Amino acid sequence: MTPSLSTASATADTFTLGPLQNGPACCIPTPILSIENLSLHYGDKPALAEVSLDIYRGCITALIGPSGCGKTSFLSALNRLSDLIPGCRVGGRIRFGDADIHDPAIDLQGLRRKIGMIFQKPNPFPLSIRRNLEMPLREHGVDRQDELDEKIRQALTDVGLWDEVHDRLDAPALGLSGGQQQRLCIARAIVLEPEVLLMDEPCSALDPLSSAVVEALIQRLRGRYTVVIVTHNLAQARRIANYAAFFWMREKVGKLVEFGRCQQLFDMPRDDLTAAYIAGISG
Amino acid sequence: MRELIGKPAPDGPDLALTIAIWGGAALVAGSFLALLGDLLWHGAARVSWDFLVMAPEHAGKTGGIGPILASTVAILAVALLAALPLGLATAIWLSNFTRGGSLLARQVNLSLDVLAGVPSIVFGLFGNAFFSVVLGMGFSIAAGGLTLACMILPIFIRSVESGLSAVPDEWRRGAAALGLSQAAALRHILLPAAAPAISAGMMLGIGRALAETAALIFTSGYVDRMPESLLDSGRALAVHIYDLSMNVTGGDQAAYASALVLIVLLLAINSVAQTLTGRFLARRISQP
Ligand SMILES: Nc1ncnc2c1ncn2[C@@H]1O[C@H](COP(=O)(O)OP(=O)(O)OP(=O)(O)O)[C@@H](O)[C@H]1O
Ligand SMILES: [Mg+2]
Repeated sequence: MTPSLSTASATADTFTLGPLQNGPACCIPTPILSIENLSLHYGDKPALAEVSLDIYRGCITALIGPSGCGKTSFLSALNRLSDLIPGCRVGGRIRFGDADIHDPAIDLQGLRRKIGMIFQKPNPFPLSIRRNLEMPLREHGVDRQDELDEKIRQALTDVGLWDEVHDRLDAPALGLSGGQQQRLCIARAIVLEPEVLLMDEPCSALDPLSSAVVEALIQRLRGRYTVVIVTHNLAQARRIANYAAFFWMREKVGKLVEFGRCQQLFDMPRDDLTAAYIAGISG
Repeated sequence: MRELIGKPAPDGPDLALTIAIWGGAALVAGSFLALLGDLLWHGAARVSWDFLVMAPEHAGKTGGIGPILASTVAILAVALLAALPLGLATAIWLSNFTRGGSLLARQVNLSLDVLAGVPSIVFGLFGNAFFSVVLGMGFSIAAGGLTLACMILPIFIRSVESGLSAVPDEWRRGAAALGLSQAAALRHILLPAAAPAISAGMMLGIGRALAETAALIFTSGYVDRMPESLLDSGRALAVHIYDLSMNVTGGDQAAYASALVLIVLLLAINSVAQTLTGRFLARRISQP
């Protein structure tokens, strides 16, 4: 039987992802995604060049930098969502585990299932809350109704939405508040059990309270998922990330300026640009 | 801010606009009602079960419209069976290219609009040359239905295509990012979201097809016997009305009655079509 989760005080401790990890989350960094010399063009216009970094398994990596420096473009290269944009070309090499994601033989749908994505603007489908989760599961071959129900309940609990919506799972998802919609989108991604979650400014369309809820959720995802998150909120990056990457425009092309442990990048930046950017925003 | 208080809003222009809008609506609804009333007044007396099932006699002056109804439905069925799948497929394929608002997209849309505006007599001549002569179908329900299919394709494609293009890109990206196939995205999100446009396109097509005479005279002909196969010639209702009112003296009452049947048929088919698209597509979408 499903345990009763409807007590009002249960919101904080019904998460099933385990307690928040306080210590260093990834003592021995092992790369799950290796990006080598990545470049990205929209038509003739270069947007990113010479980006090389490793994304470590189980860690949260924050991408920071000014508007237009190619953070969204970088994310969409990682799950090959850039394929959808006409005229967008990606160069360089991206290894995911031991596969090259540009291998023509790769199973693209399988890749995108393993590398989930959350967008800046919440984009639940115009279906019911339940069908938002059920439809992708079914498309990926989960057919048994009890298994579907269990996975849906689990995912909604993981994002802290179960208590709020369990009695109206068949209501339209577009009727939820912005913060709830964004958590539903996160649930929709994690119900497919991905390894990596790409998040493009997931809190920027939300009010401060919803934003704090989503941020706490992301903290809990650490360890179980590898998270790559774009954020303009440096305080947030500093609070949640293990690693940080700083992008900047040089000659109108986005470049990776500095990549390192989050604390090192914020407290002892090696590059003057990084120092100036951090000081400029926080000081 | 003082001056904002205590002054009633000037409602002159607002009032004029309101009157204009309601007046316009009343004019449109009124003329439709007048038309319907006219048809009822002149034709209702003739419409009976016998009229619907009996064969026409004396060139339609007496008797009924049984074979003509059968031919009409058969022609329409051929037209829809050919146009709907082909049109859907084309619109889906096109919307992949036209979404960005590129030059190609605008040209494709422009040529569809031009095609949709081509006078039906031109389609009739084409259908006669191609289906009746080249493909050897002669004057037949098949040739007429396929000609009508060519005629309604541009309207249908255009409206489905614009419906699909209007679906927010974020749903497409969301579906792709979940590793859904294009077919799954179409089936679960894009087609249901475009359902109103699909059904509107279908109504326009059905309306145009049922009202068509010029394109059919050259292709399905005007034999008013009960057709036995799709390769028989068959007279469509609109052709029958045209014939009664132009060529048959004393055929006015039958023409009115047939027109009344045509309008009722149009309304009935449209509501069935709307319910079907609603059931299969729009129901699966839930808007708050
Ligand atoms: N679909 C597109 N077509 C053409 N150019 C694009 C497209 N998307 C982004 N660009 C360009 O690529 C560059 C990088 O854009 P990108 O969206 O990756 O920046 P960003 O770092 O995510 O910015 P922001 O912080 O504002 O979200 C910009 O100059 C932008 O104009
Ligand atoms: Mg961006």
